[in-house]
Amino acid sequence: MDLSDTPGGPHCLDQYLDQALPGTRTWTRHCPGPGPGPGTARTNIEVVPADLLLLASSDPQGVCLLETANLDGETTLKQRRAVAGLGRPATEFDPENFNCLVVCERPNDNLNHFKCYVERPDKVRVGVGIESLLLRGCTVRNTDQVLGFVVYAGRESKSMLNINRPRYKRSKLERALNRDVLCCVALLFSMCLVGAVGHFMWRRSLPGTPPYLVPDPQGSLDAPSLSAFYMFFTMIILLQILIPISLYVSIELVKMAQVFFITNDVDLYDAEWDRRVQCRALNITEDLGQIQYVFSDKTGTLTENKMVFSRCSVMGTEYPHKENAVRLAVVDEPDPDQEVVFDQRPRRRRPPGWTLAGGEEEEEEESGSGAGQRPHAAPPRSKAARSAHGDVAFSSPLEKEVVPDKALLQQIVKIDFSGGGREVDPYLDFFLALAICNTVVVSTATAQRERLSQLSSGSVSTGPSYALSSLAQKVGSLRRSLASWKPLTRGASPDSQVLAPEEEEEEEVDEEEERGRASGRSGDMDALRSCRLVVDSDEVLFEAESPDEAALVYAAKAYGFTLLARGPASVAVRLPHGERLELEVLDTLSFDAHRKRMSVLVRHPVTGEMVLYTKGADYTLMELLGSPCAEQLNDDQRSVAANCQKHLDQYAKEGLRTLCFTRKTVSEREYSEWSTLRQTALAAMDNRGAQVRDSAVHLERDLSLLGATGIVDRLQDSVPDTIEALREAGIQVWVLTGDKPETAVNIAYACRLLDEGDMVINMSSKDKRQCASMLDCTLEAVRRYPPGPDGAVTDPTVAMVIDGRTLAMALESDLQERFVELARRCRSVLCCRVTPVQKSAVVKVIRDKLKVMTLAVGDGANDVNMIQAADVGIGISGQEGMQAVMASDFAICRFKHLRKLVLVHGHWCHSRLAHMIVYFFYKNVAYVNLLFWYQFYCGFSGTTVIDIWLVIFFNLFYTSVPPIMFGIMDRDVSAETLMGLPELYRLGQGEYKSSIFWVAILDAFYQSLVCFFIPYLTYRGSDVDVFTFGTPLNTVSLFTVLLHLSIEIKAWTAVHWGVMMGSVGVFFVSILAYNALCVTCNPPANPYWTLQAQMGDPVFYLVCLLTTVVALLPRYTFHVLRNTLRPSPLLLARNLERLAPAARRRWTQGWRGGTRGAAAEGTPREERTAPGEEGPSPTWTPPRPPRDTTTNAT
Amino acid sequence: MSKEENTANRPDNTAFTQQRLPAWQPMLSAGIVIPGFVIIGVAFIGIGVALFVTSQNIQVLEKDYTGIETNSSCFKCTNPRVKNCNCTINFSLDKLFEGPVFVYYGLSNYFQNYRKYGASKDAAQLTGDLAYFTEPSTSCVPYQRDAKDKPIVPCGSIANSMFNDTFKLFQIVNSGNVAVPLDGKGIAWWTDYNIKYRNPTTNPLKNAFNDTVKPIFWPRPAYELDTTNAANNGFINQDFLVWMRRSALPNFRKLYRRITEGEYAKGLPAGDYALVIGYNYPVKAFDGRKKVVFSNVSWMGGKNQFLGIAYLVIGSLCVVMSIVMLIVYAKFKFPDEE
Repeated sequence: MDLSDTPGGPHCLDQYLDQALPGTRTWTRHCPGPGPGPGTARTNIEVVPADLLLLASSDPQGVCLLETANLDGETTLKQRRAVAGLGRPATEFDPENFNCLVVCERPNDNLNHFKCYVERPDKVRVGVGIESLLLRGCTVRNTDQVLGFVVYAGRESKSMLNINRPRYKRSKLERALNRDVLCCVALLFSMCLVGAVGHFMWRRSLPGTPPYLVPDPQGSLDAPSLSAFYMFFTMIILLQILIPISLYVSIELVKMAQVFFITNDVDLYDAEWDRRVQCRALNITEDLGQIQYVFSDKTGTLTENKMVFSRCSVMGTEYPHKENAVRLAVVDEPDPDQEVVFDQRPRRRRPPGWTLAGGEEEEEEESGSGAGQRPHAAPPRSKAARSAHGDVAFSSPLEKEVVPDKALLQQIVKIDFSGGGREVDPYLDFFLALAICNTVVVSTATAQRERLSQLSSGSVSTGPSYALSSLAQKVGSLRRSLASWKPLTRGASPDSQVLAPEEEEEEEVDEEEERGRASGRSGDMDALRSCRLVVDSDEVLFEAESPDEAALVYAAKAYGFTLLARGPASVAVRLPHGERLELEVLDTLSFDAHRKRMSVLVRHPVTGEMVLYTKGADYTLMELLGSPCAEQLNDDQRSVAANCQKHLDQYAKEGLRTLCFTRKTVSEREYSEWSTLRQTALAAMDNRGAQVRDSAVHLERDLSLLGATGIVDRLQDSVPDTIEALREAGIQVWVLTGDKPETAVNIAYACRLLDEGDMVINMSSKDKRQCASMLDCTLEAVRRYPPGPDGAVTDPTVAMVIDGRTLAMALESDLQERFVELARRCRSVLCCRVTPVQKSAVVKVIRDKLKVMTLAVGDGANDVNMIQAADVGIGISGQEGMQAVMASDFAICRFKHLRKLVLVHGHWCHSRLAHMIVYFFYKNVAYVNLLFWYQFYCGFSGTTVIDIWLVIFFNLFYTSVPPIMFGIMDRDVSAETLMGLPELYRLGQGEYKSSIFWVAILDAFYQSLVCFFIPYLTYRGSDVDVFTFGTPLNTVSLFTVLLHLSIEIKAWTAVHWGVMMGSVGVFFVSILAYNALCVTCNPPANPYWTLQAQMGDPVFYLVCLLTTVVALLPRYTFHVLRNTLRPSPLLLARNLERLAPAARRRWTQGWRGGTRGAAAEGTPREERTAPGEEGPSPTWTPPRPPRDTTTNAT
Repeated sequence: MSKEENTANRPDNTAFTQQRLPAWQPMLSAGIVIPGFVIIGVAFIGIGVALFVTSQNIQVLEKDYTGIETNSSCFKCTNPRVKNCNCTINFSLDKLFEGPVFVYYGLSNYFQNYRKYGASKDAAQLTGDLAYFTEPSTSCVPYQRDAKDKPIVPCGSIANSMFNDTFKLFQIVNSGNVAVPLDGKGIAWWTDYNIKYRNPTTNPLKNAFNDTVKPIFWPRPAYELDTTNAANNGFINQDFLVWMRRSALPNFRKLYRRITEGEYAKGLPAGDYALVIGYNYPVKAFDGRKKVVFSNVSWMGGKNQFLGIAYLVIGSLCVVMSIVMLIVYAKFKFPDEE
């Protein structure tokens, strides 16, 4: 057991005690910190050294707050609670006396699951789950002392087991490369075979024993066949350079540089998070250039995942929150007057004598004084301070600030709070549910303190003055926000009652309003700020596990229901009139994917009534509605439900995320029955999760509907543009979301995944037969449209929307083929309500059946499967933690970055690497063949005509850097053009094909023949010696190989020139030095003065010149003719960059039109078939007027 | 948090990291390459003409003396049992063979480039290092030591197989045969003679070869290779040096002598000549042919028709290509060339 990394500070005393169970240890942590306050910050942060079962904590409730940022990047605090039944505070807990038996499951890597039971001395078993496990690597926060039992340590700890070995994905290009390397091996063997057979024939043809055959020490010669056998292996040694081992090293270097360039791209940098794009997989950069299908998550990927409360429906009445909607539209304001606003605000005083709805006079009075004090108490927050807070997840200003709806406010004010919320009011219930039915943690040092002190004293009461002033604050804040929003709201509801008092003070406000109007939106923003100032003055910070929860809590807060503290057994809420309401939490039925809801069971402190508040997806909750006294309430409930459903549908249409809230009064009897059921479930060892879930389901029934909320999740920047660009690039974009179809379809329209003219196939079926027939019918219908390679204008583009249940059926093996066939013909596919497993199943099916390259992009833990299943997984590092990023190959900050990442970097990486690989094969074959052709003139004896060192150096030094630089820096088309003409992406996908490989090999053979036989014919019959003959061969090869590369290089930068010249320079300088210094070295070559002698001979230069020209003439001519007669679109695009912007626009337009009508016109410019084209997907996306992006590509 | 801290991760916005380095993007299209083709074509034709003319002016006279044909005068020497066989080949020149005339011996089907043959020498021994006289490199096996285990110097197959035919040239004039003086100086590479191969400093040279034996095929030891010139012995014997520089191709010639002296310095005048060959070297075992080559040289070496013709052909091809390109260019223009 490895506990070596235990933290040890000057304040901490760590003990390790061997415990009753062999092989386990108890880790006790005593941190006698100086007490709460600023000084505790240091001791507050402590990293857990091993997986600990939490036995006790300094918290009276046995709670320990944990930050798991080290594990998953989530900065939210998570609660862990001590094992029930042992609960004594840490101070009283004596490890020496701990003699329970802990039985836990085998170490595994599941961070979210843990199964264990503790058998107490009295043989009672207590089931324990993940909620009591402190994982190694997490940070303990806000808890002074915890005491735990080490269950897993060292390599067995969950975090260590989670360290996956770097997942090795092999790129498509590398797979093709390996195939070609095998071809090279085959080529090598055949060449060696030729050598062996040649040697045999040569030996056989000799009439006697010539003097140049060297016998073995015994003086006899090997038989020709034996000699040929040996020669085969000699040839392998000689010609093994044919296998481009150096290629693999070069590829790694190139990929490193590509990763460097990708991560250094300013366009892929996100200033808000101060994050660059991360390349987590270093070896699949070029796969970005091969993508044919993109699978995207919706929430957090297409949308911002900044959940903002938008509107709600309470008891069947809709509150549209128009002001809030306006605010959301104006959110991205840069506000230079910010500081001034903060300074001015507090000075402005409102005279008393004003109430929201003509309420009690006392409150009015108080409100004036309260408002007077408040602004001073709240120091203006600078932008820096705000951004510091912004680092805490889910607390961006956008989400915090909710402008209340007047009508709803009015309803709240009507509630009689005098009885401490005793009255059962649906509005009160609704907001209470909003505030408490969640797992939001209020996390500040003060909150912590407050909670503890409250709990220890056991007192719920608060002084009346406190309540009053608090209420005054609240009312003041509301009033203020209303006043500020008036210019906008008045137009919307001019004769609203609520506004009546406001009119009276219009004179006072006018001045301010004028200023607000003058500066446009800043006036509105002033109002926001003022609202926020109030909120901030509470110094409360909510940390939620999901952004939806935070949004709801902030919404509740806007209406005065402020969540003050949350403990495991209690929750404190401040009501609008200021009273602090402490509710005893009897149980929390946490969220799970099956139930799709969560509940909180609380006991009302005053009435003593037990109430179950449930929050969840509408379709699950609507089914559970009902009432034990159905007869009386039926009509009422039914109309509420019907209205609410209507509103929900409307919300979904607007693309809002909907949640329903219900309440249920639980009787004592029911509770006690249920409680025992729950306890058994919790203590269960086997199948605990399902049992706990069932117990929750048992209680969650006969609920009565309170209302519903709509949360808006705005589209990220440039999402529609990005999707359109990806589609123009010939990539099919699928969206897989857990949301309901209505929401998803709405978002799809918003991000131009679906167009108005699209024929949308809606696949939703209850059973499999229906699903099958639906598939058949649709397929039949779709097949009727001709699958023209070019998107014919008249055909409707087909899009499919399929829900999770139907998808599950469609993915079954017998329907799979049909589904894939149909999906292939759809321009876009939208899968709704899919589970993470289904997401990955879809990706796998499409990837395997269609043999296409897939890219999955997502941001949440639910996308991890999909990201791992796809060929390229992209994680969006955003709101929902880091799991997606951890699983991904590339991590970006925004969906829009995908555009440049794929279209530009993907294209570049692939194009560069593909060209470099082909070049490497060519180079090796061309060079090795020189040695091979010589075998025909040396009796196939394996002689190297070039000094063996120079053969090695040739690949190692003289011709290694230029192709690597080519692979790193070549730029066939500029980034702007690639962004502007996404069509080029598709064309770049065929850069590496076997035909190109074989053409390169043939060219290599031709060039090597030229490079060998021109010197051969020149020196034939002369007195040239071996290495003098080899020198022009070597030199000519160098020039040919380098000039061949220079034909391939598309953009010559200074680096290119330097490297090329440098290579030639190094070649001559090093060989001259070698030949001058090496008199007797390297026998038998002894290449002394060889190059020098050759360089004194004019024939050498004549041979080099002629050979280089002849060797490169065909390729050069081919390039020239192809570029002139049938220029590739990439070349045309490159040419385009030279044109003036106006000419370019005109030309692009003509070109796009030309490619469409090219088949009819028969111009030679069109690219009729794209490489690897299959099926109906068009080579070019349907024609459209040139967009601005094209023209901007300057 | 200051502005800098906020953007600590911001990549550098430089032309290099953003891949915006200024670049020259050549467009290989017909219009652009026409001048290139024309220039290459013309230049090549020029070079080709010069080479061709030069090559045409070089005179070469080859005489095969293998003696395969039974009517050949050297036929009698092909029998390996005949020792110290001399044969004469007569030839006549009808015009002056311009000097300086180089005399080569040529061998065909002789693979001096055979891998094991090439390795079969001891470079250190050939630099005159006496340590390697007593202990020649194992690369010389089986010509490292003789049957009595005495070291062979120079060891190895290359030295052992040294060409040992001799040639004497006579002009037949009325008064009889006049010997044409053959100059054997400076026929090897200067670096071989002066740097790469060295004799031991022992004086006399013979002493250095004590306790060593001559290569098996050699008639005389290394220090007696040239009986007429004592300085031309040992490892710096010119004929030895020429032989040790292994030919790259199986059909080769090696320089034997130059005719640079006396009245023949200007060349061989027209007339009848007799070449007396000391026929020693057997070639039957490998179907080889032996010949004597008389040639004069130019700045580009010996006669070589190929290079001139190749330049002419490629030059013409380039000119033709430029015409093709012109037609292509006229028909298909690039948009920016309009």
